[in-house]
Amino acid sequence: MNSLLRHKGWTWGFRTTILLYFVVLIVLPILGVYYNSFSLGFSTFIESVSDPIAWKSVLLTLKLAVIATVINVLLGTMIAWVLIRYRFPGKALLNSLVDLPFALPTAVGGLMILLLLGPGSLIGGLAEKLGFEIVFHQPAIVIAMIFVTFPFVIRAVQPLLEELDPSEEEAAYTMGAKSSRVFRQVILPSMAPGMISGGMLAFSRALAEFGAVVLVAGNIPGRTLVSSVFIFGEVESDNPVGAAAVSVILLTLSFLILWLINLLQMRGRRS
Amino acid sequence: MRKLWIILTYLVFILLIAAPLGKMATEAFSNGLSGFWASLSRPEALHALMMTGFVVVVVTLLNTLFGIMLALYLVRANWLGKRLKGLLNSIVDLPYAVSPVIGGLMIVLLLGPDSALGALFEQIGVNIVYAFPGMVIATLFVTFPLMVREVMPVLQEIGSQQEEAASTLGAYGWTTFWKVTWPSIRWAVIYGVILTVARSLGEFGAVLVVSGNIMNKTQTATTLVYQDVENFNVTAAGGVALVLAAFSAGLLLLMEWSKRRKGVH
Repeated sequence: MNSLLRHKGWTWGFRTTILLYFVVLIVLPILGVYYNSFSLGFSTFIESVSDPIAWKSVLLTLKLAVIATVINVLLGTMIAWVLIRYRFPGKALLNSLVDLPFALPTAVGGLMILLLLGPGSLIGGLAEKLGFEIVFHQPAIVIAMIFVTFPFVIRAVQPLLEELDPSEEEAAYTMGAKSSRVFRQVILPSMAPGMISGGMLAFSRALAEFGAVVLVAGNIPGRTLVSSVFIFGEVESDNPVGAAAVSVILLTLSFLILWLINLLQMRGRRS
Repeated sequence: MRKLWIILTYLVFILLIAAPLGKMATEAFSNGLSGFWASLSRPEALHALMMTGFVVVVVTLLNTLFGIMLALYLVRANWLGKRLKGLLNSIVDLPYAVSPVIGGLMIVLLLGPDSALGALFEQIGVNIVYAFPGMVIATLFVTFPLMVREVMPVLQEIGSQQEEAASTLGAYGWTTFWKVTWPSIRWAVIYGVILTVARSLGEFGAVLVVSGNIMNKTQTATTLVYQDVENFNVTAAGGVALVLAAFSAGLLLLMEWSKRRKGVH
């Protein structure tokens, strides 16, 4: 049996299977989207992209994702700081709750936001009286994006804060620096790599988010129609080439971000 | 100052996580316990939960098997050139950057009824898109990096010395794997399995596009929640979503537990 298993043919068959699986499952589909969006020629691609509904959805997604990322970087840095530096009741619980948005299905996240802020709810009713509109408008999309990307910044900043040598801070204090200056010149620089890489991960995830957003977004072109929902709509209305064109833009953006994150991490490791 | 930050942190958690969860739970039980059961015991809900279960089992098995193998190759294989290994290594992460909807679209474009491959499969009588195989492929695509990325760092850390020693002493490939490699990667694999289960349980965008969301046929729990919301049946949606949330919370606890074990070995 063993001599049979050790035969060269088996080894090669095995290796080929694994690599083939990899290429067929990951590489082929990605190339397929690029191929399809250009399959009817470059002009068709430009035509699909220059449809105002299409490019406005991309711009809107970028804008909302930027807002969500900025909020997330601020909140995430604060929470990481509190969870590492302070001791208070419930700390362990909060620390495990951080990962909940990752574990929850995104559609469930969307439903939760819809129920909490929707027209029939307490907050939704109050906002409506004050003249705000949340659900099916831009604020709800941003909230959904913040919800699903919540853990990224926290989990990127926490290890950096843990590693930070307290003696550096103490030295700064002994030399007479005020706490605001210590924060600016000692603590913030050491947190910055985590804030940036966590923020970028959150940004790329917010760009791609579909499940949570589709339940709370309206479908008004240019105002509440984000690209992932637009792509879904195009697929549903049997226009895969239009869907592929917008997908190519989003994909290229996400790949660029991923590449940048990798580059940053390599730099960080070297220095 | 200190108190203020702690209060703010609590506030964020309450507003962003606790309040939505609580609201969803009360909504699911808004017609009492019987209403909750009624929303779950609808035939389409039972079928959707079963479908999700099937997808989770098949995807977790395949992803675990191929994930471990690929991690082994990417770390250990000398027959792969260094350049090629680097390239493959960076490709592993690509599914992270792909929006789930686009992941679904890719599979429709590649294997859908209009494509060459899809037509071929149709001729031999196998439907892929709008059927179970397509849903599995879509979920496999989305969960692909999870196992590889858990196992690879452990393999790098333990180094190949022990394995080499085992094979010099005459152990065959399988024996080396089971006796030497497996004990050290075990907890990383378990962690990867939990991550894969959680992700495939909750996958929505890719499955929605590929499955066509056909009730009692290809509908999963998450796509049922979506359909219920579209039909303004939020109470029923809340019931199914609560079950999903309970599963995810359980998986989260398992994750914490295995993370601790992983650190200890």
